[in-house]
Amino acid sequence: MAESSKARWLVPFGQMPPARQLLLVWLSFMLPVAVWAIVSYVPFVWHPLVKISDPGGVAYFSRDGLIERAVFQRENAKMAEAGKPLATGTPANPIFLPAPHEVAVAFYKAFTTEPRRKGEKWLHESLWQSIQIIFWGFTISSILGVPLGILCGSFPFFSKLTEPFVDFTRYMPAPAFGALAVAILGIYDPPKIAIIVIGTFFQQVLVIANTTRKIDTALVEASQTLGANRRQILFRVIVPGISVDLYNDMRILLGWAWTYLIVAEYIGASSGITYFINQQAKYRIYDNVFAAIIMIGILGFTTDRILDWIGKQIFPWQKTAKPGLIRAIALARQRRKMEAAA
Amino acid sequence: MSALQLPSYLDQSPAVAERFAKLKQRPVILETKKLTKTFPSHTTLNEISLQVHRRELLCVVGPSGCGKSTFIRIVAGLETLTSGEVLVEGRPVTGPGSDRGMVFQGYTLFPWLTVKKNVMFGLQVGGKSAYEAEGDAREWINLVGLSKFENAYPHELSGGMKQRVAIARALANRPRILLMDEPYGALDPTTRCRMQSYLMQIWRQVDVTILFVTHDLDEAVLLADRILVLGTNPSRILEVIEVPVPRPRSVEQLMTPEFLATKHRVEELIHGPDDAEPAVLPKMRLTTVGDDVE
Repeated sequence: MAESSKARWLVPFGQMPPARQLLLVWLSFMLPVAVWAIVSYVPFVWHPLVKISDPGGVAYFSRDGLIERAVFQRENAKMAEAGKPLATGTPANPIFLPAPHEVAVAFYKAFTTEPRRKGEKWLHESLWQSIQIIFWGFTISSILGVPLGILCGSFPFFSKLTEPFVDFTRYMPAPAFGALAVAILGIYDPPKIAIIVIGTFFQQVLVIANTTRKIDTALVEASQTLGANRRQILFRVIVPGISVDLYNDMRILLGWAWTYLIVAEYIGASSGITYFINQQAKYRIYDNVFAAIIMIGILGFTTDRILDWIGKQIFPWQKTAKPGLIRAIALARQRRKMEAAA
Repeated sequence: MSALQLPSYLDQSPAVAERFAKLKQRPVILETKKLTKTFPSHTTLNEISLQVHRRELLCVVGPSGCGKSTFIRIVAGLETLTSGEVLVEGRPVTGPGSDRGMVFQGYTLFPWLTVKKNVMFGLQVGGKSAYEAEGDAREWINLVGLSKFENAYPHELSGGMKQRVAIARALANRPRILLMDEPYGALDPTTRCRMQSYLMQIWRQVDVTILFVTHDLDEAVLLADRILVLGTNPSRILEVIEVPVPRPRSVEQLMTPEFLATKHRVEELIHGPDDAEPAVLPKMRLTTVGDDVE
């Protein structure tokens, strides 16, 4: 500890003791929350409104109403001139900026409060609907995009045949296809899935083609001198050779698919988490709006962490791989086999 | 060098002469006929004609840019030739194949496969069952002394161990020719020395002809039956030297007269004669008086 406390914090490409890393990771979340808390809880920071606790003589002030500070002061000046009782109140933030504790409560309440209107969905139902849209959109895109990307990266034939068009289409924003998707696929889930597919697929082909091209060609040459044919090069060298990078690409692409979700859900009959957010905003329950937005973040982040962990388990040949579960199982099986043979 | 009285590198002891006579009796495994490779801007290889006999170890040396790597890659079938012909056991080379195994300078083990699976690769793509391939692979791993590491991944091995696995992987296919493109270039001198004796040991036990590209002249003289010396602009054969150092070879021979004479000759061919004019450097003094080094 003595050594690490002496070490400098800012070293280009430097190593950092794990305790410090953990501290910084924690701070990366805590700093924004701290800013939010300061704005919410310290009365003289921002707080452009006044929450009325006693309307006094002002006719149009009401208890718990929010009034701009300038208006509040002007009315009070008038009251003082007229000799009427003054209005009192406390500094407040606009309704669209709830305090952290209010959002924290909303996290719980949003899941337990019944929807206001019949037919509206609960928060967890909305989330589940969104997850399904993402899942199908990403799966369909990947079924087409991954093989095509690998082929483009491996064979100039496929690259020249498809990539220019893919590159061209990539610049058309996926939401631009919204009206078309609704006309063809109706107003429910299919057009939303289609938007996610369009948003993901074209990027996917290009990203994966590039990843495939980055494979160490010496490995391909080595396999050729070992007698591998084209098919074997593709399936026994290129595919496993890029698998780690491919897996990481897919993680990033899944993130992109999430960004298309909100737009996709606006199309046709609004649904899922987007519908939930809009409804809550209409009811002016901004605590729930925040809770829902943060929920999306948590979902995406957790998914990514889980995928990262799985990645370390299934690619045991990586230098960064932890002595993973799957490898431990594989080695144990091998040992048992050898013992049985002996 | 000139201070030493060296014998001619052409003098061969009777034992060595007999060995070469026998070697030339053996069938030709690799033959290149007027092999030429032209790039748009320059000619890399110009009419290289050569015969390599069965179980010969031929080293290829030359200054950088002489096309020695291109030469071996053309033999491997990884690069095309502009004109001429490469024949392996009389059949022209049209592309890479398992009859010519190759060991590269960079470590080209498949990082996602264990040592054993790496050695099994060539056997399996060649159509052997996993069971058969595993048995064969074990033997080859044993031959290069890495049985303890058969389940390790390449990133867990040292550079020398990786190259031993690469040799085992190439030999497991039972190639007629083993092509080695500066295989020990990235290794430290100690490891390199050990790898050289490994290679000679393996070569004694396996029926394989070796083509070995290197820029280390000691390595070339120590390993080779014959040394192919290439020159630049355009690349051509300067000389094919029959190394007069008797076998079995060992590091002790690095200082024998035959060894030094051969090495001197190769050096002369590559760098030009000793009395070439030294480059004239601009005169500049950045030192203080009294600290002269010469």
